[in-house]
Amino acid sequence: MNMKQLFPRGHVMGFIFSMVLTAVALGVVVYELSFKTGMIVLLVTAFMQAGVQLVMFMHAGESEDKKAIYTNVYYALFIALVTIFGTLLTMIWGYQ
Amino acid sequence: MDYFDRFAVPHSSPMIVGSQIAIAVTVLAILVGVTYFKKWGYLWREWFTTVDHKRIGIMYILAALLMLFRGGADALLMRAQTAIPDNGLLDGQHYNEIFTTHGVVMILFMAMPFIIGLMNIVTPLQIGARDVAFPRLNAVSFWLFFWGAMLFNISFVVGGSPDAGWTAYFPLASVEFSESVGMNYYAIAIQIAGIGTLMTGINFIVTILKMRAPGMTLMKMPMFTWSILITNLIIVFAFPVLTVALALMTMDRMFGTNFFTMANGGSDMLWANLFWIWGHPEVYIVILPAFGIYSEIISTFARRNLYGYKSMVVSMVAISVLSFVVWAHHFFTMGHGAMVNGIFSVTTMAIAVPTGIKIFNWLFTLWRGKIEFTVPMLYSLAFIPIFTIGGVTGVMLAMASADYQYHNTMFLVAHFHYVLIPGTVFSVLAGFTYWWPKIFNFQLSERIGKWAFWFIVVGFNVTFFPMFITGLDGQARRMYTYSESTGYGPLNMLSFVGALGLLLGFAFLVYNIYWSTRYAPRNVSSDPWNARSLEWATHSPVPEYNFAIVPEVDSSQAFWDSKNNGPALFKGKYKEIHMPNNSGVPFILGIIFFVWGFAMVFSMWIFAIIATLGIFACMAHRSFEKDHGHHITVEEIEETEKKLRGANA
Repeated sequence: MNMKQLFPRGHVMGFIFSMVLTAVALGVVVYELSFKTGMIVLLVTAFMQAGVQLVMFMHAGESEDKKAIYTNVYYALFIALVTIFGTLLTMIWGYQ
Repeated sequence: MDYFDRFAVPHSSPMIVGSQIAIAVTVLAILVGVTYFKKWGYLWREWFTTVDHKRIGIMYILAALLMLFRGGADALLMRAQTAIPDNGLLDGQHYNEIFTTHGVVMILFMAMPFIIGLMNIVTPLQIGARDVAFPRLNAVSFWLFFWGAMLFNISFVVGGSPDAGWTAYFPLASVEFSESVGMNYYAIAIQIAGIGTLMTGINFIVTILKMRAPGMTLMKMPMFTWSILITNLIIVFAFPVLTVALALMTMDRMFGTNFFTMANGGSDMLWANLFWIWGHPEVYIVILPAFGIYSEIISTFARRNLYGYKSMVVSMVAISVLSFVVWAHHFFTMGHGAMVNGIFSVTTMAIAVPTGIKIFNWLFTLWRGKIEFTVPMLYSLAFIPIFTIGGVTGVMLAMASADYQYHNTMFLVAHFHYVLIPGTVFSVLAGFTYWWPKIFNFQLSERIGKWAFWFIVVGFNVTFFPMFITGLDGQARRMYTYSESTGYGPLNMLSFVGALGLLLGFAFLVYNIYWSTRYAPRNVSSDPWNARSLEWATHSPVPEYNFAIVPEVDSSQAFWDSKNNGPALFKGKYKEIHMPNNSGVPFILGIIFFVWGFAMVFSMWIFAIIATLGIFACMAHRSFEKDHGHHITVEEIEETEKKLRGANA
């Protein structure tokens, strides 16, 4: 058994990713970005963060239920996006 | 005494005083009766603490029937009030309260629990499981629903009913325009019941995904189980939106926030938006299980395989996705531009496609079938044409520009009753009659059942068809009266006559339960309808463990195949069965939630804090509890099986 097998590569990568994503999100406040840019950065990092947590720490892809879990995740993602952007569409963008 | 003034009803009338007395007398009679007949121990051991999915299902259905009569009484009063022009039976305020509670009770406390009750009883049996994935959580779900419903129902005798419509639109639902505690009841009671429903959703998704009998792949599940899987997916994704919206509403009403106010950056229309993001999927939550029930019944009594299994599944998945992208059609007149209304018009009309596929599949299943006109089948056959009228008028409403004419008229009221009653109500009555012998080991009388069916189906059409006409003539919904010169009088009277017909129909239904319980022949076979899916493969009544041996399946109607020289379902020998233990904690948790809700409604913070601690205490108890369930030995199984086989020999 060599070091490569013992080293928890996924976990360390996940840890680094989540730290970087948190730092980027924090940047929105530190560098006082405009509302629009700030929200876009937060939205993107939030979804990536959720993905990192699901895949690297909650082992979404490692069991026999891989298919069911990912189907659920995609469905949830679809509905979250529809709810958010649909609300923006009906309440702000499409409102006369 | 000032402290107790808050419990007074602000708009009291002789009718409400009468109800107060009647409720007090009934509660007292129940308490005295149960004590006199020494049934507390029995109730506690067998029902209040049960985690058995079948018993929980029965309790759901009992509660739903109770609520059917509560909501039905509201409906009759509304029809009586509008039967003649300028009627003085109810005043405006009382009428507002009644249409509000009618909507909430019928959707959330009648349709939902009836469907959840049937899915509790049937789903684990259809997939060959011994219980749901989380039996204790299932009990928590039921008791949260039950005490939430009770909290909502005491509103009209303690403190005042909600009166802003079941949609509770802001700003009408704000403290400014609804001063009484009525809308607090709405926010809190639905919240409690909604948490229970959300847990049910998670529970059944896990059950169906993880606990199917060996060999039952997803595409070999019975259609009812498929519909339940999709329904619960919608529940899990739609209910959190309601939870959040109700929490914001509670904050607005009790703590002075401004989410839905017209000032300080709030948006009243945001409520309508959030409400319908939940509300439209909710419509499909109550209709998809109906599609599942009809699929089972039609294929059983047409004696044919369900036509187009794959397209049935695909169309349900399509409906579940589309159900989340149509919500703005509930407020086409709110003032968005043509682009938004156009998008939501198209998505709404698109739903007619998968629904149409299902209708044709049922028709093709019936085609050249040997149709048997039993009561469940009669409801299913009546459903197809009546629901189609509801669906077609739905497409009319989906046209945004035409909707400006139909919006908030009786035409809309007629439309949604034409989908919800043949869809949900007929289906639960059909399912109730169909699965009754599985639960109680005797059939409901077909003769009385047919009387009930004809009164309900004719009464329904006489009640609601006239509304299409008065609606197109301009009669607005939720108006407590109208003048004679409008000419709405005769058709509204006809509606009232139809409502009396419905009343008679439901009276026959109750009489049928009474008559059949006393006189119907016992010991019918465990498969009285010659049906197709696994729930009919075990004994009636179903033993605690459902199946002595876990069945092995290799088609979507394995039981039918095994009856017709297919492979045997049950192979191997009895093995010890591991079952969950009963627990009183879910029941107690439900009561604590009731107390918490009551304290919140009346802003009695000290009680609310104490009750909150109680809720956390219950959860902590569960975390530290050591509960390994119990085992049923092989000897016990043999004995039970022998007894049940004897009963059905």
